[in-house]
Amino acid sequence: MTETAAWEPVIGIEVHVELATQSKMFCGCAVGFGNDPNTNVCPTCLALPGALPVTNGRAIEWITKIGLALNCEISEWSVFHRKNYFYADLPKNYQISQFDIPVCHDGWLDVDADGETVRIGIERAHQEEDTGKSLHIGDGGRIHAATETLLDFNRAGVPLVEVVSKPDIRSAAQARAYAQTLREVVAELDVSDARLEEGSIRFDANISVRRGPEAEFGTKVEIKNMNSFRSLERAVDFEIKRQIAELESGGTVIQETRHWDEEAGVTSSMRTKEGSSDYRYFTEPDLVPIVVSPAWREEIRATLPELPHQRKARYAGLGVDSQTSLALSSADPQLRDLFDGAISAGADSRSAANWITGEIVAWMRREETDSIELTPEHLAEMLAMIDGNELSASAAKDVLDGLLRGEGTARQVAESRDLLQMTDAGAIESAVDAVLAENPDAVERYQGGEQKVVGFLVGQVMRATQGKADPKAVNVLLREKLS
Amino acid sequence: MALADLTITDAAAGLRSGAHTSVDLTEAVLERASMTEAEIHAYLTIDREAALEAASGADQELASGHDRGTLHGIPIALKDNMCQRGVETTAASQILAGYRPPYDATVVTRLRNAGSVLIGKANLDEFAMGSSTENSAYGPTRNPWDTGRVPGGSSGGSAAAVAAGSALGALGSDTGGSIRQPGSLCGVVGMKPTYGTVSRYGLIAFASSLDQIGPITRTVDDAVALLQGITGHDPLDATSWAGEYPELASELDAGVAGKRIGVVTEFGGEGYEPAVTAALTSTLDQLSDAGADIVEVSLPTVELALSAYYLIAPAECSANLARFDGIRYGLRLEGETTEEMMARTRAQGFGPEVIRRILLGTYALSAGYYDAFYGQAHKARTVLRNEFAAAYEQVDVLMSPTSPTVAFPFDAKSDPLSMYLSDVCTIPSNLSGDPAISVPVGLDDQGLPLGVQVMAPAMGEPVMFAVAKEIERLAGFDARPRMVQELA
Repeated sequence: MTETAAWEPVIGIEVHVELATQSKMFCGCAVGFGNDPNTNVCPTCLALPGALPVTNGRAIEWITKIGLALNCEISEWSVFHRKNYFYADLPKNYQISQFDIPVCHDGWLDVDADGETVRIGIERAHQEEDTGKSLHIGDGGRIHAATETLLDFNRAGVPLVEVVSKPDIRSAAQARAYAQTLREVVAELDVSDARLEEGSIRFDANISVRRGPEAEFGTKVEIKNMNSFRSLERAVDFEIKRQIAELESGGTVIQETRHWDEEAGVTSSMRTKEGSSDYRYFTEPDLVPIVVSPAWREEIRATLPELPHQRKARYAGLGVDSQTSLALSSADPQLRDLFDGAISAGADSRSAANWITGEIVAWMRREETDSIELTPEHLAEMLAMIDGNELSASAAKDVLDGLLRGEGTARQVAESRDLLQMTDAGAIESAVDAVLAENPDAVERYQGGEQKVVGFLVGQVMRATQGKADPKAVNVLLREKLS
Repeated sequence: MALADLTITDAAAGLRSGAHTSVDLTEAVLERASMTEAEIHAYLTIDREAALEAASGADQELASGHDRGTLHGIPIALKDNMCQRGVETTAASQILAGYRPPYDATVVTRLRNAGSVLIGKANLDEFAMGSSTENSAYGPTRNPWDTGRVPGGSSGGSAAAVAAGSALGALGSDTGGSIRQPGSLCGVVGMKPTYGTVSRYGLIAFASSLDQIGPITRTVDDAVALLQGITGHDPLDATSWAGEYPELASELDAGVAGKRIGVVTEFGGEGYEPAVTAALTSTLDQLSDAGADIVEVSLPTVELALSAYYLIAPAECSANLARFDGIRYGLRLEGETTEEMMARTRAQGFGPEVIRRILLGTYALSAGYYDAFYGQAHKARTVLRNEFAAAYEQVDVLMSPTSPTVAFPFDAKSDPLSMYLSDVCTIPSNLSGDPAISVPVGLDDQGLPLGVQVMAPAMGEPVMFAVAKEIERLAGFDARPRMVQELA
């Protein structure tokens, strides 16, 4: 091929997920956000002389859960390594991490972006520990001009799972979708607060561009400091364009780490990586290997909840349209349970989904409450009454209000609020006859060809029956009588 | 016999017979220290008041019938790389000058629970790196047998204190022989337990996969008693053995009749002083006469042990000592940047041997060198372990000299390599993780102590102690340093 195959971006994403275990990765200190500085610390996480780490078994259970949710292989036997580098917020000046044998490897995650579903490979997910936080004082908090640095070690030693994607991502939109989907999975597993704004989930992106899908990978650049999904997408997009422009103008891309500046909307060079940093990894001699036996792995697998993409697929299988199923699958878990319960109680899945994502969500918003008294059985009952023409759509909204407030069964609410449709044909007919008798003008106009006057007459019948007649039945009956 | 020269076992018996109190014992060792320390410098810190208070508490408990066992009321010294809450703990380094840990090492907790009286913190080579205690940033310890000579190291202070009578027993730590070699050079018993059987929590790490705390005492019985007080599973140390522990004294008086003892042929010849070789030979003869079956065993890979050790230990220490950066505790030298502050603090705070090992280890772990150095060393370690395991299929214990030489004069081994060779017989047991003990058997013609080493398979402490006790009985070694005889 000569000259211009289109540029293809090649993107890999590293996601750091802080686990919300009760205690830190290697000591008994509490894991918490927003405590006073240096209050959740002990000899081990402060790296006092002589203190030793002990592995948090719950963290290993949770990283296994994450790995299984990401369709990874789980290593029966894996090891911790020391990753050596000096940094003030890293108390031991090495991070306990994993190197050649991570807990999880070779998985995948399907994500929806640009109107298609793409499968992004997961290289690995390994267990490590978080660092402390530095606060630079003086001259605007920039590290190089700061006069003092304060250190808070509350976060030091918090369990951190690093999920490394394969370089399978091909656009900024896919990068964003991957990050969002991964966050949804982690949130669903309930193993992390997964809050971007608190840093409990963080993203770095590795980006290069090449001439078409067959070409060798280009030189990759790592970007850091994206604090939202939007900034991730913007940063990746910016960086792709920057690299293409650089190459098209005859320049080269250098391997480096670049910093995303949210306000300026640009990436800028942090430091040039001369080759790759030498972290002098070696097996952590203070810890024994991590063992996840097949039996334990399967026990953990059995606790996996239904994941968002699985749920969407299931809803689609139930005939729920894609927009409603998206809304439902990301809805409050009690609403999803309500949906599943209503289906079990015999409700039509489409109607149930529509009512839940429409009226019920609107009611909760209007009432500013998360608390609903509605049972799945009552919802199913209400939907059946609509189908049986016992409730009009507008009356049903009123019934629903009563159900959400716990006023009884659908029938009890409909009766006590006097909302049942008239099903007595004789009563409806006499109401129709009365209205026709009272409105000779309208009858005359209809017979003169003015069809739309039926609407007026239906309205009169509805008024006469206090809205309890079925308007469709009234309509049919009126036309019969008038013809 | 002066109270300060009693064995732990005899002192414990006397506490129960009313012959003396713990306060008497404690005053006796403090009195001895006051007479010997100016010359010996076994201690970096002596906590006189706390010791006397603990002794008085032990006396009250014993009087009220609350008997915590053999170590109750016994004055013990701690090597200064073990954290003791509120007591300056420096690992003999400038970088920890003035550092007072906020917590007790597990061995300290256990000794407290056993009712022991903690006398003070014994001198060592800085961060336990050395074989002479000359590397202490606070000045060397002198050998009570000849104050012109080193006590060995790195637990030189602990061994010298036990030899001089300024403690009845002491804890040392042994990464490549740091308990056994000073034990041998000071004429006392020094024992390294099976890796994982004594908690390392609170031991300032040198090389985590090799470090092990153990007892330094005057007799084998005392070593058993002191080890008994500190051994056992500790949930704070992930490498602590969580299974069953052997009954240490179960074979203590079984003798050696019918036991097979292997002599490691590689430990001898060039570099071994004739008196050292002769001491081993005569010990083996005595054991043979007592009914043991002596066989020669070759462990070819022990020739690589020293090289492997000097890659693995420095590699681990290069990371273990990274935490000493001037930020959270200890020495801090100011700098224009955080990095400069760290670099200046470390350059000033660490002594030359520590810096040498950090550099060696950093190099050995570096990209491009890892496979050739650290990776190879690990392979050698595995082969060595297998060789030991195969040997223990044939014999109950292995024996060798503890140290190729007797105590040497100060500055005699200023070349690091010649110093490293002091540990050639002891390092293999650290690499294999197996227990080993040095037992004093006599004096050379200069009046300097000679020791022999008994090595056993992992968890083989009972048979190791049995052989050691028989060696002790057959040798009948009861000499004391002249300075001690004069004081007593």
